[in-house]
Amino acid sequence: MYTASDLRKGLKVEIDGDPYIVTDFEFSKPGKGQALYRTRLKNMLTGNAFERTFRSNDKFQRAPLEERTMQFLYSQGDEFHFMDNKTFEQITITKEQLGDNINFLIDNMEVDILLFKERPIGVTLPNFVNLVVTKADPWAKGDTSGTDTKPVTVQTGYTLQVPPFIEEGDKLQIDTRTGQYLTRVKE
Amino acid sequence: MASFLSRRAEIIQAIRTFFINRGYLEVDTPIRLPCLIPEAHIETEQSSGWFLQTSPEMCMKRLLAAGHGRIFQICRCFRRNERGSRHLPEFTMLEWYRAGIDYVDLMAECGELLRFVADKVDCPDKSAAARLAQTDWEYLTVQQAFALHAPLSADRAVSGEAFDEMLVRYVEPSLGRRRPTFLHDYPAALGSLARLKNEDQRVAERFELYVDGLELANGFSELTDVDEQRQRFVRERASMEGQGRQPGPMPERFLAELGELQSAAGIALGVDRLVMLLCGARSIDEVVAFTPESL
Repeated sequence: MYTASDLRKGLKVEIDGDPYIVTDFEFSKPGKGQALYRTRLKNMLTGNAFERTFRSNDKFQRAPLEERTMQFLYSQGDEFHFMDNKTFEQITITKEQLGDNINFLIDNMEVDILLFKERPIGVTLPNFVNLVVTKADPWAKGDTSGTDTKPVTVQTGYTLQVPPFIEEGDKLQIDTRTGQYLTRVKE
Repeated sequence: MASFLSRRAEIIQAIRTFFINRGYLEVDTPIRLPCLIPEAHIETEQSSGWFLQTSPEMCMKRLLAAGHGRIFQICRCFRRNERGSRHLPEFTMLEWYRAGIDYVDLMAECGELLRFVADKVDCPDKSAAARLAQTDWEYLTVQQAFALHAPLSADRAVSGEAFDEMLVRYVEPSLGRRRPTFLHDYPAALGSLARLKNEDQRVAERFELYVDGLELANGFSELTDVDEQRQRFVRERASMEGQGRQPGPMPERFLAELGELQSAAGIALGVDRLVMLLCGARSIDEVVAFTPESL
């Protein structure tokens, strides 16, 4: 159980059955007045944010969150199956829940899955992944028409901008947080 | 680590000079006390069955009652669970008391002090210093300020128990922007130790000073009616019990000596906040040598 004086940025609390993260926090107390804890909260399920002011006597439940490392097994339609390598327990995450992560997810990849009351609510991929280029236009030498990058498609179907020298079959290191090309990986 | 320690020292030195020039006596009263003035919204820190002071008010008013008509003190105060960009659970307070004046005279003297300090010290924040240097400070009653800035009147805010929320959210941020603002004439229920106004018993002769939305000081004409003061303390204690807090012993000696007190006014000013203002610091952490977290 938390009280208002435990509130700070990053604290995760449960309100009306949903997990919330405190994204902004300010303590105020007008002279001789009551302590006010002004927060901005983000619902970790829906992403909705709102402002709320708490008083000293307000109490909160700790949001029952658990993070587990799991391995991506396979996908079937819009369902993605993961397994805990220690307990062999399997869970399913929807395409919608994965969001942009789907661009970087490959078989056997280990990811961190955030669970709220046993329910998966978020997936964190490794910061860097290596993906193989499956489609790239050849570099037209002397092409001065545009920029110094060109689009290529990698094994997950994701398309990104890379330097012109990248060819089909090359392996690229990509930052999963920004979705950007970092370097070509030599085997 | 604090970046404004030498400015802080200069500011404190200038405050001392101001009061000594005016014939004030500097006092240093005990900070560990067997009882405190009951305040509904201030949480106290215990020390072997006694309490650390939340302000030097009780001892200073006893000195005032004993005939010391002009006194000031710069000291440490302790308020449990107060921590934010403008709050520390241990902070530095300036308090001064003067016999024979009321809150209007005290607002004037408060202005003179801050203009003196801003002039004496080479302030890193020139615009804050320039704002203090002006002489036409703004005077707004609480009622006027709510009418100007809040979505409901001060009276309705008090009766709806939303006064503090409205004050913090709508009123305070607008105060003291172009020039310092004295917010004065508080609803009677919000001035536990202040005298009620003769012409209008619904308001207390209490004021707060704001500069740039920052609350710097709280002062009032002292209540000297012992029976009335006791009744108000009983109410404050009841409010503490309602919040599930144990009020300490009633400050009986203080009440007994309050009867000796002639008319007077007193004020508490947050020294750390004044340093923040003059140095342009965004957080109180920048103006103290150590924060609790760094110990």
